[in-house]
Amino acid sequence: MIPFTYARATDVADAVRRGGAEAARYLGGGTNLVDLMRETIERPDILVDVTGLSHAITERDDGGLLIGAATSNTALAEHRAVRTRYPALSRAIVAGASAQIRNMATVGGNLLQRTRCAYFYDEAGAHCNKRHPGDGCDAMDGFNRMHAILGASPSCVSVHPSDMCVALAMLDAQVHLEAPASTRRLPLTELHRLPGDRPDVETHLAPGELITAIELPAASLAVRSTYRKVRDRASYAFALVSVAAALEVEEGRVKEVRIALGGVAHKPWRAWTAEAALLGQPATEASFAAAAQAELAAARPLKDNGFKIELARRTMVAVLGELAGEAV
Amino acid sequence: MSIIEDTKQLVQGAVMAGMSKAIALAPDRWIPGGTPDPLISHRHGHIGRPTTRIDGPLKVAGAAPFAAEFPMEGMVYAALANSTIAKGRIVELDTRTAEEAPGVIAVMTHRNAPRLSPPPAFMSSPKAAGGDSLPVMQDASIHWNGEPVAVVIAQTQEQANHARSLVRVTYEAEPAITSLGAAKARGSRTAMFMGQPLHDEVGDADAALAASAVNVDASYSTPRHNHNAIELHGVTVAWQDGVLRIHDASQLVAHEAWTLAQMFGIDEDKVVVTSPFVGGGFGGKCLWQHQVLAAAASRMVGRPVRLVLSREDVYRLVGGRSNTEQRVALGADPDGRIKAIIHEGVTPKTAFNAMPEPFILPTRSAYASETIKLDVQAVELDMLSNTFMRAPGESVGTFALESALDELAHKLDMDPIELRIRNEPEKDPTNGLPFSSRHIVEAWRAGAERFGWSARKPASGTVRDGEWLVGMGCATATYPYYRMPGGAARITLTREGHATVDIAAHEMGMGTATTHTMVAAERLGLPLEAVTFNYGDSTLPGVVLAGGSQQTASIGASVIAAHRALVKELLKLAGNDSPLAGLKPDEVGGTDCGLCKLDDPALYESYASILGRAQRVSVCVEASPSAPMEIMHWSMHSHGAMFCEVRVHAVTGEVRVSRFLGSFDCGRILNPKTAGSQFRGGIIMGLGLALMEETRFDERSGRIVNPSLSEYHVPVHMDVPEIDVIWTDIPDPHAPMGARGIGEIGITGTAAAVANAVFNATGKRVRDLPITLDKLM
Repeated sequence: MIPFTYARATDVADAVRRGGAEAARYLGGGTNLVDLMRETIERPDILVDVTGLSHAITERDDGGLLIGAATSNTALAEHRAVRTRYPALSRAIVAGASAQIRNMATVGGNLLQRTRCAYFYDEAGAHCNKRHPGDGCDAMDGFNRMHAILGASPSCVSVHPSDMCVALAMLDAQVHLEAPASTRRLPLTELHRLPGDRPDVETHLAPGELITAIELPAASLAVRSTYRKVRDRASYAFALVSVAAALEVEEGRVKEVRIALGGVAHKPWRAWTAEAALLGQPATEASFAAAAQAELAAARPLKDNGFKIELARRTMVAVLGELAGEAV
Repeated sequence: MSIIEDTKQLVQGAVMAGMSKAIALAPDRWIPGGTPDPLISHRHGHIGRPTTRIDGPLKVAGAAPFAAEFPMEGMVYAALANSTIAKGRIVELDTRTAEEAPGVIAVMTHRNAPRLSPPPAFMSSPKAAGGDSLPVMQDASIHWNGEPVAVVIAQTQEQANHARSLVRVTYEAEPAITSLGAAKARGSRTAMFMGQPLHDEVGDADAALAASAVNVDASYSTPRHNHNAIELHGVTVAWQDGVLRIHDASQLVAHEAWTLAQMFGIDEDKVVVTSPFVGGGFGGKCLWQHQVLAAAASRMVGRPVRLVLSREDVYRLVGGRSNTEQRVALGADPDGRIKAIIHEGVTPKTAFNAMPEPFILPTRSAYASETIKLDVQAVELDMLSNTFMRAPGESVGTFALESALDELAHKLDMDPIELRIRNEPEKDPTNGLPFSSRHIVEAWRAGAERFGWSARKPASGTVRDGEWLVGMGCATATYPYYRMPGGAARITLTREGHATVDIAAHEMGMGTATTHTMVAAERLGLPLEAVTFNYGDSTLPGVVLAGGSQQTASIGASVIAAHRALVKELLKLAGNDSPLAGLKPDEVGGTDCGLCKLDDPALYESYASILGRAQRVSVCVEASPSAPMEIMHWSMHSHGAMFCEVRVHAVTGEVRVSRFLGSFDCGRILNPKTAGSQFRGGIIMGLGLALMEETRFDERSGRIVNPSLSEYHVPVHMDVPEIDVIWTDIPDPHAPMGARGIGEIGITGTAAAVANAVFNATGKRVRDLPITLDKLM
């Protein structure tokens, strides 16, 4: 670990003032950032601890929820309103990491966690464009079973590791952002970038911009939502493929649908194409399969991960079928 | 560690070549174990009673000292920088920035390290312990990706960790062989396992296979595995008055002390290795570079040094299990009698070690067949030396053999248990020796009954529970009885009736200290609390390896020898005034804090009385057992019948093991409580082998890509169902206490039982471990 200074932010203004400095990083639970600092992949000069900022979960007048960015993953997953109105979010959170990590990890930090690509982690021994742009990508022709099938680039084939973000992408969550001179909101689906030729730039955040809250819109649809994660062991593994979905069926036809995929791309992958293909269609396995097929038409397999395309297709069909069964 | 072949070789060295036939043909009574251990007939004493481990309270309280916890005055901390190429030379080594970093005392490299001899590699001589024979930080050459190139010594661990990231190394890479394909293209050789070829032939197996009415012929592969004991490898080292003191996590303290003495050019008694507790060994806690580097660094800076490997360092410095490519071909007649067994394949090693993964070992004594052909071809890679990992050979060899048995049963439309029983041999099929004790059929019958095997549907893919396909599978587990030469023990008995047993053995969590306290108490006729079992110290008697599941036999035989010497001494002291007068040592045993005639317990005198009359406070004896000729006179093996129920998700291919039963025949079980844990632990490791463990070795660079517990998967709690274990408890009349080792057998057969259950559930045969969901979609 490289020496650094540490400051605990007293409020948002204090945080963004400190966080605007060059080579400053906001510190949430530290479950990813501190690991990366130990590996000398992250080398901040200044850590601004924002865990003392808002961790309130408040009801909005419009029926939505406002979640302070310092809320722990555990607290969010256990919250009654989340469990009953946004079950996919609860399920996604508890499908991730371990109880100990979820107790430490914050909502804001979860959004900004970095890929677990093994070559990204090997500072001493592997090439990685995400660590050092232009360095090359050892995953491209190396071990890439866990890697992206959608939206990858010749520079980077890594995937975003979060489960929670997949549910948030499906739920049309908004991210509240603060900087010294600006306050804005961004749909979660527009927070993360695809790698392109700058895989080191992972989000659309401006330098020093701080995530202060996540807002969930009121959505009766979300009540019938779920999350399914497919992985290599029963717990404590990143997703090979995960699916967050919500579905409303009226007279046998799809009235509303939201689908997002995890483990397949550099960002939580909102399945816009599949959603568009399903609207108004009969809520049948054939429609679900056709929609999944349409979404995955753009999928490109690497050496080791071709199975993910079929796995994503099957899992989408199974999850939608399950939701359709409940909706009847 | 399965090293039966090399013990045979060592024994042969002791009794001269050509004597093995004579040992095989000698009368039983001339052979160790020829007269059964009297303890076998003790049925109501300490042995067999479930006994809680004596070190339990210490461990729960955090008071059991592990290697990296010994405090030392003036201690400093070390961290390693490791190479990033597989082969070549260091051309530039810039340590200045690291040396100037806060707290740094020194940076040791090949330029300034003390001059050391290369380590004698394991089994190159009786006490050799080196994982390989490469010099340790003596020159600029690089032999594997991850080899240590610098040791940073600093006031704190954090300072050392930071400074190691500041060491700058420039390499001149040389062409390296880092892929199995390239290594095979360069040619292979019949693997030598401790001086013996891994090659056996009985009859003409190829011809018999071709002539068989029914046959299977399939290829299986298993990946590399790495050691992941909970306790990271760590040492605390100091030079005190010319003596090198090492607190280590070791499964071979005496071997380690001798080997370090050779490397540092000092007398063996100037090296003291202690290892009171080990947080998991499995073959990985032997001598690797970290102990040597810590000792060298300590000598260089003149301070005690602590070096704890990071998890990544463990992957870079401590060898693991090599990958294998195996072919198993079985020929049978229509009623399932096996006529031909062929088990052959290839596995990589290095030029600097002698450990080809010996996957044919379980096949040598498995099934009756008129023809058998076994062969392991070794190829050489530029990589970290591979090594022993729980049941080397048997763990991955039984996956191939027992999967093939299942394939044959399917082809014959025969119950796989019946197929195995039908081919039960009467004597060892490759060496012709009689079995010392073999009750695998009883284990199969008891296991099948308890598991509910009769409910299994022979047709694949016919049982479904919602989205889950359900199946059952079985496989034979097997591991040899083994005893290495070199054992010795000391017993000190006081007039008050307290005994101390000293032996340089090891407690790695298996329950050794508890079990041998029980055995010694039983043998001496003392209560448990009157016995102290000292171990884990290279200055104690004996050269005992906690490996090959042989430590129990080695300690047992050593204590038998010491006990016989003790009885002899006590009878001498007892003299003519004792009720025991005139009796010979073999007629006498321990009971009720004294000695009695074995077949007439009324002839008795207490230890207090004997020693009191002799005016002695205590008596102390030390003795060594005979060479382990029993393994050349009998075919000695443990077995297990493994039963598995799996659920395979019909949509995603996810596999969940829902039930597991191991039914074992391992001789007498000494402590059912710790033994049950050993069996279960082995089975859990076997589930990891079956479903998830895989070292990702990048064949472009020779670098391990997943050196962490997040990317190298071992089973988590949710992957492990309730595991049922039962045993025959039939004593082996030719093993000390009637007991054969139990530390490794649990991992054997398990992967095949899972694979066979997956086939029963889905109709899909996975011949390439681990069985991940992509192979079932």
